[in-house]
Amino acid sequence: MAEEIKKGLVLLDFWVSPFGQRCRIALAEKGLPYEYSEQELLGTKSELLLRSNPIHKKIPVLIHDGRPVNESLVILNYLEEAFPDAPPLLPADPYARAQARFWAAYSDKVYEVGSRLWKTKGEAQSQARAEMLQVLGNLDGELGEKPFFAGEKFGFVDLALVPFMPWLTPSFERYGGFSVAEVAPRLAAWADRCMERESVAKTLYPGEKVDEFITLLKKKYGIE
Amino acid sequence: MAGGGDLKVLGVWTSPFAIRVRVVLNLKGLPYEYAEEDLGNKSALLVGSNPVHKKVPVLIHGGRAVNESQIIVQYIDEVWPAGAGGRPAVLPSDPYERAMARFWAAFVDDKVGSAWTGMLFKCKNEEERAEAVARAEAALETLEGAFKECSKGKPFFGGDGIGLVDVVLGGYLGWFLVVNRIIGRRLIDPARTPLLAGWEDRFRATEAVKGVVPDDVDKMLVFLQKLRAM
Repeated sequence: MAEEIKKGLVLLDFWVSPFGQRCRIALAEKGLPYEYSEQELLGTKSELLLRSNPIHKKIPVLIHDGRPVNESLVILNYLEEAFPDAPPLLPADPYARAQARFWAAYSDKVYEVGSRLWKTKGEAQSQARAEMLQVLGNLDGELGEKPFFAGEKFGFVDLALVPFMPWLTPSFERYGGFSVAEVAPRLAAWADRCMERESVAKTLYPGEKVDEFITLLKKKYGIE
Repeated sequence: MAGGGDLKVLGVWTSPFAIRVRVVLNLKGLPYEYAEEDLGNKSALLVGSNPVHKKVPVLIHGGRAVNESQIIVQYIDEVWPAGAGGRPAVLPSDPYERAMARFWAAFVDDKVGSAWTGMLFKCKNEEERAEAVARAEAALETLEGAFKECSKGKPFFGGDGIGLVDVVLGGYLGWFLVVNRIIGRRLIDPARTPLLAGWEDRFRATEAVKGVVPDDVDKMLVFLQKLRAM
């Protein structure tokens, strides 16, 4: 039996995933309607997810008119290009775009290094802490005195990075023994500024909820 | 109007990441100055241009630095798009096909890239090397399927001409020759991945690729020894 192709946008996602949240914020900023589909990740993955992302079996997956797009940054670039009439999140100038893509990709490090903070102990954890301070310093330096990474307007780098802030505070801060407000004060202020936007405020969960989730994961993976 | 006269690439002759940028510049017919970096003694220009990663390649265009090879390739494609004088595109024009190209390019650097470091630089014994080789072969088998999908019967992942996925995977081919020598067989095995084996030969034979993807295995082995000793 031929399956009818579902028109429009469907986002396969998981409530607390910062990678999924990037896509949700972008869709909201662009005013694009979509169907949100919460996926079971800690149990059995759905057939739709496995069919849409057979290589990685991960969320987020954006399905547009039945065709899947995988990887959050690939999805963000796709939204820019497939919906040219929607408000752009990337600047028009190629050099500025290259800078935005660089820092959006770099922001992945916050999650990668932060995860090592709660998954490891001893030497490995100290190393992760040192790296995290460097990453936050680099981000704080790149932001500088600007309100947002590209200047006056909220854009690509902001939405790529902001979903990691509730993971940083309080969780990564506590596991790593540092304070974002101390080591990256401009970044801390920027995070508050981003939360004033509806798309961000409505998408992100409070740090306490993320902390609960990390505790759940630790139990599940038997990490002390 | 962006000029081709003020382009500089900071690279290392064996770096898959620098190689892909140079191939793209050749494909676009863009002249550039090439500066070979010594990884044991990085230049002030490199460190100043890429303070976050201190890595090659760096593209310096009109005095401004662009970092991260896949970002550089997309930058070049946007500044010098297809058209004038038969200049080819590196990414397709259709948004969904662009997403597919970006997805597979990311897959290559993730799965093939991590196996590459495992096979050559990080392995502490032959057992670890064999495990990394197995991971590379698994990734290549997946890419055999991807090639079928992306090429649609044409010579390259990019179709008639070389595209993003071609240059990203192609950058590793020099090192694959070294692996072939070490393991005594071809990593891209014509029996297991016939489409990729045909692609490998076609890619190497392309004018834009000649002289950029290395083929001197002995020279690369010397380079490898130096790197592991650093």
